[in-house]
Amino acid sequence: MKRILLPLLAAAALLLQPALAQENFPVNGVSDNRPQRYAFTHATVVQDYQTRIEDATLLIENGKVVAVGKNVTIPPGTTVHDLKGRWIYPGLVELDASYGLPPVEEKPRASRADGPQMETNTPGAYAWNEAIKAEYSAVSDFNAKDSEAKALRDLGFSTVLTHRHDGIARGTGALVTLADDKSHNVIINPRASAHLSFDKGSSRQDYPGSLMGAIALLRQIYLDSRWYTSQQEKPFVDRSLTAFNEQQRLPQIFEVKDMLSVLRADKIGDEFGQQYIIRGAGDEYQRLDAIKATGARLIIPLNFQPAYDVSDPLDEMNVSLADMKHWEMAPYNPMLLQQKGIEFALTTDGLKEKKDFWTNLRKAVKYGLDKQTAIKALTHTPAQLLGAGNKVGALRGGMLANFIITSGDVLEDDATIYENWIGGKRYELKAMPAQELAGMYRLDLGGNTYNIEISGPADKVKFRLMESDTTGHDMNALVGENLINLTFSPAPKDTSRTQLVRLSGWWDGRNWKGLGRNEQGQEMPFTLSYTGPAKERKQADKKPAAALPKPGEIPQPFLAYGQVKPLEAKRYLIKGATVWTNEAEGIMQNADVLVEDGKIRQIGTNLSAAGAEVIDGAGKHLTSGIIDEHSHIAIQGGVNEASQSVTAEVRIGDVINSEDINIYRQLAGGVTAAQLLHGSANPIGGQSGLIKLRWGKAPEEMKIQGADGYIKFALGENVKQANWGPHYTERFPQTRMGVEQVMVDAFTRAKAYEQAWKDYNGLSRRAKANATAPRKDLELEALLQILNGERFITSHSYVQSEINMLMKVAEDFGFTINTFTHILEGYKVADKMAKHGVGASTFADWWLYKMEVQEAIPYNAALMHNQGVVTAINSDDAEMARRLNQEAAKTVKYGGMTEEDAWKMVTLNPAKLLHLDGSMGSIKAGKDADLVLWNDNPLAIYAKPLKTMIDGVIYYDLERDEQMRRELQQERARLILKMQEEKKNGGDTKPVAVKQQKVWHCEDLSGLNHVHHSEHEAH
Amino acid sequence: MKKLILYTALLGLPLLSQAQAPAPAPAQQQPIALMNGIAHLGNGQVIQNSAILIRDGKIENVVDATNARLALDGYEVISVEGQHVYPGFILPYTNLGLREVDAVRSTIDDAEVGDFNPNVRSLIAYNTDSEVIPTVRTNGILMAQVAPRGGLISGSSSVVALDAWNWEDAVVQEDDGLWMNWPSIYRRTGWWAEPGPIEKNKNYDKQKADIESFLGSAVAYSQGGKPKETNLKLEAMKGLFDGSKRLYITANYAKEIVEAVKTAQKYGVKNIVVVEAEDALYVQDFLKENNIPVLVANLHRLPDRPEDDVDLPYKLPALLQKAGITVGLLYDDLKSSRNLPFFAGTAAAYGVEREEALKMITSNTAKILGVDDRAGTLEKGKRAILFVSQGDALDMRTNNVSMAFIDGRKLNLTSRHIELYEKFKNKYEAQPGQ
Repeated sequence: MKRILLPLLAAAALLLQPALAQENFPVNGVSDNRPQRYAFTHATVVQDYQTRIEDATLLIENGKVVAVGKNVTIPPGTTVHDLKGRWIYPGLVELDASYGLPPVEEKPRASRADGPQMETNTPGAYAWNEAIKAEYSAVSDFNAKDSEAKALRDLGFSTVLTHRHDGIARGTGALVTLADDKSHNVIINPRASAHLSFDKGSSRQDYPGSLMGAIALLRQIYLDSRWYTSQQEKPFVDRSLTAFNEQQRLPQIFEVKDMLSVLRADKIGDEFGQQYIIRGAGDEYQRLDAIKATGARLIIPLNFQPAYDVSDPLDEMNVSLADMKHWEMAPYNPMLLQQKGIEFALTTDGLKEKKDFWTNLRKAVKYGLDKQTAIKALTHTPAQLLGAGNKVGALRGGMLANFIITSGDVLEDDATIYENWIGGKRYELKAMPAQELAGMYRLDLGGNTYNIEISGPADKVKFRLMESDTTGHDMNALVGENLINLTFSPAPKDTSRTQLVRLSGWWDGRNWKGLGRNEQGQEMPFTLSYTGPAKERKQADKKPAAALPKPGEIPQPFLAYGQVKPLEAKRYLIKGATVWTNEAEGIMQNADVLVEDGKIRQIGTNLSAAGAEVIDGAGKHLTSGIIDEHSHIAIQGGVNEASQSVTAEVRIGDVINSEDINIYRQLAGGVTAAQLLHGSANPIGGQSGLIKLRWGKAPEEMKIQGADGYIKFALGENVKQANWGPHYTERFPQTRMGVEQVMVDAFTRAKAYEQAWKDYNGLSRRAKANATAPRKDLELEALLQILNGERFITSHSYVQSEINMLMKVAEDFGFTINTFTHILEGYKVADKMAKHGVGASTFADWWLYKMEVQEAIPYNAALMHNQGVVTAINSDDAEMARRLNQEAAKTVKYGGMTEEDAWKMVTLNPAKLLHLDGSMGSIKAGKDADLVLWNDNPLAIYAKPLKTMIDGVIYYDLERDEQMRRELQQERARLILKMQEEKKNGGDTKPVAVKQQKVWHCEDLSGLNHVHHSEHEAH
Repeated sequence: MKKLILYTALLGLPLLSQAQAPAPAPAQQQPIALMNGIAHLGNGQVIQNSAILIRDGKIENVVDATNARLALDGYEVISVEGQHVYPGFILPYTNLGLREVDAVRSTIDDAEVGDFNPNVRSLIAYNTDSEVIPTVRTNGILMAQVAPRGGLISGSSSVVALDAWNWEDAVVQEDDGLWMNWPSIYRRTGWWAEPGPIEKNKNYDKQKADIESFLGSAVAYSQGGKPKETNLKLEAMKGLFDGSKRLYITANYAKEIVEAVKTAQKYGVKNIVVVEAEDALYVQDFLKENNIPVLVANLHRLPDRPEDDVDLPYKLPALLQKAGITVGLLYDDLKSSRNLPFFAGTAAAYGVEREEALKMITSNTAKILGVDDRAGTLEKGKRAILFVSQGDALDMRTNNVSMAFIDGRKLNLTSRHIELYEKFKNKYEAQPGQ
């Protein structure tokens, strides 16, 4: 079959041949087009990642492959290279580069003194937001530059996808070769891909100032570009939107910085019908199942970190377990992805030193990455991802003559890449000795025969005198193209025989032969002749140490106290406890509670349940789980989108961070659910994320399914930027007067928006066909949901005037404020609040830190409660959240609440405020089994949770915690030992850096690369 | 500029026009007998049925009322049966009275500019009329060590009692010691919302050298007899070398603690106290061997490292105490510092015996600050600084201060908070239907 096809393919290739020099260019001098036909014979050709042909010929002509195979006819007039013993691979393809593009201009970071940048600084008719650079086209800026090309060429790459790493929508990338040629000739596909990220890059425009803002912006750009494109007559010109829309059919490559953002990016893709190719960070192994479920193909770096220098224990303790484990696990990432069936390409991007590429790749292979998969990830996959599989990534007739010549299997440690051919042009990386010598040889010397093994690439051969099939002794050898000099001890084990045999000879075209002297100095002839390949032995030669190292365990989340095995719900019978029901039954003494299928099944006395695990509750207190109405834990990339006065479009639910140790710490404080709120830096903030603290689950699994939508509003000093310093005086509003108008304006716009859609939807089918649908606006959609009772406001508030104001605004627009949070002067207008029907979620005793809290009093909760306001005590603080029981107890001290009512302030009342009291907040049959078992009265400072259960799963257990502490110590000790060995063996180490965890408060202004912040971390 | 002043003034007005801190109580006229309370002496002992006699501002006697025959003629006899009596709690290392509103610069007087300010004295800036003071007393805090912060050597602190017309009247111990902030070995990169990895502080060696050079000069100055030219800074350092003043050093990482103490010792500083000391656990032997007491900072904080025991900050006092180190507790956050008693409660919940935990905010602190001859326990001869709580004062659930005394003067325990509470409670009670 192949033989029949070959001439045809060859002919086809010739027909498709482009002129070598660009034919429209004038020539200075006489034409000099030389014959460009080469044959590479007797090589092991890896034609594509799954086809290896031994003793094959590769025929190329004019920069293209003509034929590959065992029986290729070499036409006369062909330059022939004998590559016996050598391997040929398709040239490697790099998908993440900025080759040939000018560097992204680093604008200085905005400082506080610069004030805000509200609008884009990009001149021209481009997107309103500077981070949207969809109009950018790499090919317009591309300039082939040999000095840059060489770095990647020297690693064996011949094709790269180049694009500019700047902005959220980054425009298109170009697929180019690394040939040393004019830009015109190296571009394979000028528009090969579109690029996206969550990083606003060089933009210093305030928006987006957070990860959630970046996500919201991207969503809106999809909608805007569709709306814009759908119009025959454009209302204005926006070249970014046009470009963005035109790019939708290209492969979409999304760059992220960690594995949770792989999930985030994929989710956006799902919303807009795109399956992104995701450039990951090399930590995907930490959430394999979730990443597999995205169906995304990945581009993965090999950015393995050196071990930490752990020689000083007082420094070493500052390395987090997660960082230590990542050091150990990163080299397994490719193997684990392969095992999971996730397709990926490999990139050199992210390597500190490009030269580490092969070392790291071979390390990944040693750690279990299949060789075929490794080659696939550098050839086939990247080519396929760009739809360039007919040009690069394999060696078939008609494809580009891009290939590398190696000394052997390129994934073996000692392999050498000699040459990189790109478009039929040769680039020498290392001088190629005349021939490969590796194999088994027989030495005949004066009637004695010796078995000799030659191994390694020709440029660094090793000779060994073999004792058996597997053991041998090194020999000294000097090998040139023509001459050989060999000295060895013929009986290396016999120490009494110190004399050496010395040989000097020449290559006769088949064997080495020449004159030698034996131990006694007698002169005698020798021959050294090839007997066969040595590869069989090579397998057996592997030392046990080289066997696949066993990967460490992968806890979820990937940090201390993570779970290696998922925790499971069980049937539990808690017996004989003091049960705080939060129901009419009040506090029941000596009661039993049965938990089944994640729910509270039954409450009573002397219950029995066959097969249920019995938990002794004697002397202990059982309560429903604490619900924190105001939390900022488990949020990634900023809690405030502080850049605009209204950011109703941003969603905390987009940026939930399942890998936050504070989730576990709060479980240890009895917290089972929380509202993750946007911050308070602008009047209308973002949408909340309601979660249960399901430690170990992925972000989406932590969300409370079916929960109502919430949104953060804020009033007072924060939103008028009163404490941001003298430079923040531009953004409207700067007064409480302005805050009201922001609210009124927002809802007025939302109503107009609703009307516009109503008008449009009310058109006849015919009229509709000629009309343009209104622009879908995610900010206004969220506001409209509020007006329509589909989304609920938690509003940050302090002083009575503003509290009253917001209630009046809501009443004017016909809805009710759901919750005032902080609400430190709520006690002054508690009667009005009760009348409006708003709830309160407050601090127990905070005050003093700014002017608007000067009249904050710790009696606030009790006074509001007594006026009939549903009142909760919240944290707004990762630390305080783990002691909310104590904060609730303060309402007993300040204002004389009963203990039962005090307890409801952190359980039932927040459940009511979050509309979750149907399933949470009390101990009642049918509700979720979100329970805490305490060693003491839960309001006492001496109380500790013994177990914290969510949906019938015990996520925190004091005894298990102690066990885990011990295991943690052992795991650290194991890793420290391993790092010390690494150091001893000459491996690189890096000094210790301390892992600092960001704890968000609602006034933390920014999550992305931006700077303004308040000096005092006030609340 | 004018606008700014006007703005500040407007915001300040309600502050001034409303509730004032209550007037300090008049001097004790008559001896007082607090009868039948559960007395927690602050030295580890409890008298279940106590009689506490107060005369001329001093504790005349503390006895078991069950057996004692007491002649109480002329005494004001107050029954506190079933209630708990404690020595006044001491809040060390606080900016109480030096700072009012974090967000308003003009109310902040706790950090001077410059690296070396040993001559700066917190006492003279201590504002006895601060609205904050009455709000900490209602939780049992009756004494404070008002301390400056900022720079490498911040200045000197003084110990005050929290009921006075002016700073002079408030003094328990004037200029008890100097405050040094040991430079961090590690420096945080990035910025607070996006912290980068923590690096070694490149300036550490220089800052350490600056401190050494300053201490060296101070030692030389102190030994040189009467100097030709008075150097206010070095003059202020003298007390460190003769032991009349303490040196309080804030340091957190283990190595910083060791370096700080060793450096101070090298220059002959006699009384050293390590403050904050989040990593003290890892150098406990060092602290014990050198007999260094520790003022442990905020127990209600998150562990420093993700792999730390989740309750590590809570149990740190227990671990240090077990190692034989004298421990006091501090609350480094003015707005919440009234919760100091609950740090002791937390220490008790996590391994410290309750009366020992009490010592960490009374007698241990008094000893560390050098005022244990006057205060810190309910013992004969000490200043009558004490209070009565209806329940266990270390637990927020039961802490309920019913009366408090400073030098036998019965305090007016109202505060802005209580007044506002009463004001609005009355409003609602007066409304129909209430």
